[in-house]
Parts: sequence; C-alpha cells; structure tokens
Amino acid sequence: MNRRHFLAMGGGAALILPAMPALALTEARAERLVNTLVADINGVIASGKGETAMFRDFERIFARYSDTSYISAYAMGVDGRRASGAQKRAFSDAFQGYIARKYGARFREFIGGRLEVKGVKQVKNWYEVETTAFLRGEAPFAVTFHVSDRTGKDLFFNMFIEGVNLLLTERTEVGALIDRNGGSIDAMIDDLKRAG
Amino acid sequence: MTLFARLLRGALLLLSVCAVAACATAPQDTVSEDGIFDPYEAQNRKVHAFNRGLDRAIVRPAAIGYSTILPDDIEDSVGNFARNLGEPSVIVNSVLQGDLQGAGQSSVRFVTNSTLGILGLFDVANEFDLAPRDTDFGETLYVWGVGEGAYIELPVLGPSTARNTTGKVVDLFTNPLSYTLDSPEAYYGTVAGVASGLSTRGRFTDTVDSILYESADSYAQARLIYLQNRRFALGDGAATTEIDPFGLDTEGF
Repeated sequence: MNRRHFLAMGGGAALILPAMPALALTEARAERLVNTLVADINGVIASGKGETAMFRDFERIFARYSDTSYISAYAMGVDGRRASGAQKRAFSDAFQGYIARKYGARFREFIGGRLEVKGVKQVKNWYEVETTAFLRGEAPFAVTFHVSDRTGKDLFFNMFIEGVNLLLTERTEVGALIDRNGGSIDAMIDDLKRAG
Repeated sequence: MTLFARLLRGALLLLSVCAVAACATAPQDTVSEDGIFDPYEAQNRKVHAFNRGLDRAIVRPAAIGYSTILPDDIEDSVGNFARNLGEPSVIVNSVLQGDLQGAGQSSVRFVTNSTLGILGLFDVANEFDLAPRDTDFGETLYVWGVGEGAYIELPVLGPSTARNTTGKVVDLFTNPLSYTLDSPEAYYGTVAGVASGLSTRGRFTDTVDSILYESADSYAQARLIYLQNRRFALGDGAATTEIDPFGLDTEGF
C-alpha cells in the first residue's frame, strides 16, 4: 500500500466514523423494521377477524411501528402552528384512528399477496426501504418506507406507493377539511373521527 | 389524405404544441410548496366537476358492469390487444428518447405477441421475461428537457400537465399503425383502448372511489396523486419534496 492510498483510507474512515455511532440506525435495522411490520400486517389479515377487530389491530400496529408524532405534525401542516396542546393531542388520536380505518379497509386487497424488500439505502439522516408489492391479478408495484431513529426507536415515518407520498395526500385532505369548516381545527378533528 | 400530407401536418402540429408547452414552464414563485403549478385552477375545477359527474353517471357503472360481466381472462385479452396496438408508438418514442435497448425489447414484444400471441390477444413475450414497457411522447418531451408546465384536467381523460397534453396530441400521430390501417380496423385500437380503460376503472374501483367520492377535496387529491405518480414514472425525482424528519417541529403531537 502506498502513502496516498493510506491517507485516502484514513481520511475516508475519519469522515464516515463520526456519522456512524455504534447504536445508530443501520440498513439492516431499517430492513428488519419493515419486515416485522409486514409480518404483523400479514398476521392480522390471515387472522380472519371481523372488520372492527382488524381496524383495532391495525391501529395498534400503526402506533407501534410508526413515528406518530411526526406523522401527525406533518399531516396538520402549517395549521399545527396555531393549534393548542389539547388540539394537537386530540388530532393525533383522531388521525391514528382515521388512518387505521382508511388503510385497514384496503388491506383486504393484500390477502394472498406479499411485500418483498428489494433494497435499503441511506438518504441524508434516514433510510429508504424499497419494497415491491405483489398482489393477485395486479402488476407488481413499488412501495417505499422511510425509517428513522429520530425518537430513539426505529420507526417508519412515511410511505410511498408508486411515488405517491401518503403523508402529503393526508395533509391535503386535512387542509381541505379545515377549509370546509371555515378554518376551525376542532370541527376538522370531529370530521376526522367520522371519516375513513 | 396522402401519407406525406399527414406526416407534414403532424410535424407542424408538433412544432406548434412544443412552442406552447415551452411557454407554459412554471415560474418558480408560483409553484406551491407541494410542487404544484396550477394557474388554471378555476377552469380545471369546472372540468373536474364535469368529469366527476360523467364518472358517476356513466363510466363507473359501465366499468363495474364490464368488470363483473366479463371473465378476467377475456378482460386481460382485451387489455393485451390494446397494449399490443400501442407497442409501435412505444417503439417510436423509445427511439426518440435514445433508448435503443428499450426500443428493441418492445419490437421483439410486438413481433412475438402479434404472431405467437395471436394478434396480441395473449402477452406471450411476458412469459419469456420481456416485461411490458410503457412510454409516450410526454416522456419524450421530458427526456428532451421540456418543462412540466401547468397542471391541466382534461375533459374525459382526466388529470394531465401541459407537457403531457402535448404528448397525447402528438401520440395520435406517432403510432405508425394509424397510417397503415384502413377503417374499420383503424378503430379497433380505439375501441380496445376504451374497453381497457373501463377495465382499469373497474379493477381499481375502491381506489378511484376513495379519491373521487370520499375525500374532502377530490380535485386537490386527484391533482396531487397524479403529479406525484407521473413524476415517479418519469424518474423526475428532483420535483419531489421531502421534510427532514429531524427538522419538523413535532412538539405536542
């Protein structure tokens, strides 16, 4: 090994090391999170429970694997700045139930299908887990999860289906509900409890 | 009309629409934080209301009927037939984009499916690991560096952009089959295309319904979902926005 190589390697390691403390999220951990999440969802689908029981299970899974405070803050957008602490908490609760009902109802389409992890890559300070969904009778499509350890736990904080950012569509929906209610955050939360 | 005259008309149309598309490139300060440039929103919303009414009264019931009555095999064959007729257009656009490998793949698909696949009714090429590819003149314009332009909701056809609308018009002329087939064969493609559209609407009933009839603002939802999905299909990653998970104020949620 010549001197230039040695210096290059040393420099490279010095650049990489501070960015990777021993306990930081890794590709393997991001992938494991998505795999356990998918296994849990498949378990609920396979359980054959009634709809209400399944929605409760999905809400529990959502609370366990996702960064709910990030997701709620994102979904409320700029209106979050004028919301009171009580409104923020009420919104967070209502929003989790709404998501579980809305997407839970659609998980039926996943019966007999599967999600396969294709690859993991780091983007800035989070990880992107790319998966392919294989559903019966459909062409395979891309589902991407974003995972971070912002809260100290490995959690997913966004999901993309064929490039469609689910949080952005929900923020648009929440914004429309606020507009429809003449800017009232409380009325929007009431609507959200009934929607989905 | 002679072939030459039709080609010439196509070329002139191409030039004029390219000019329009180029003019419609978004100035930075009018693009919303969600990456949407929609200066014709008032007009678009009227078209959206029309499309929604059309869907509720005709398209949705027809699509559900079509999907329910026809066995899946036949639905697939109609879809395959429509896709095969579109293959020459895919080849032309792949060449225009400089994607010779893709053009080759689509050419082999077209030849295989037209012969072994009995006029394209069966997608045999897919069994040989030659997956279907999709492209159009809208993508060609993207590859050539034309900006996306304003969001436009087209009557009947639905969400689009200035660049994509230009592409749709040009694609009417870039499919070589439209020059070689006489009527009534020339209309088979159109009929199959409409049928295959109905089939798609039928299969994704729940998804389309949730956007059109269950969201608080179906226009805004359709616009956002269309733009993101189209950019994803084009590989136009620069247009997507992302919020740093460590940068968002989550206090209190």
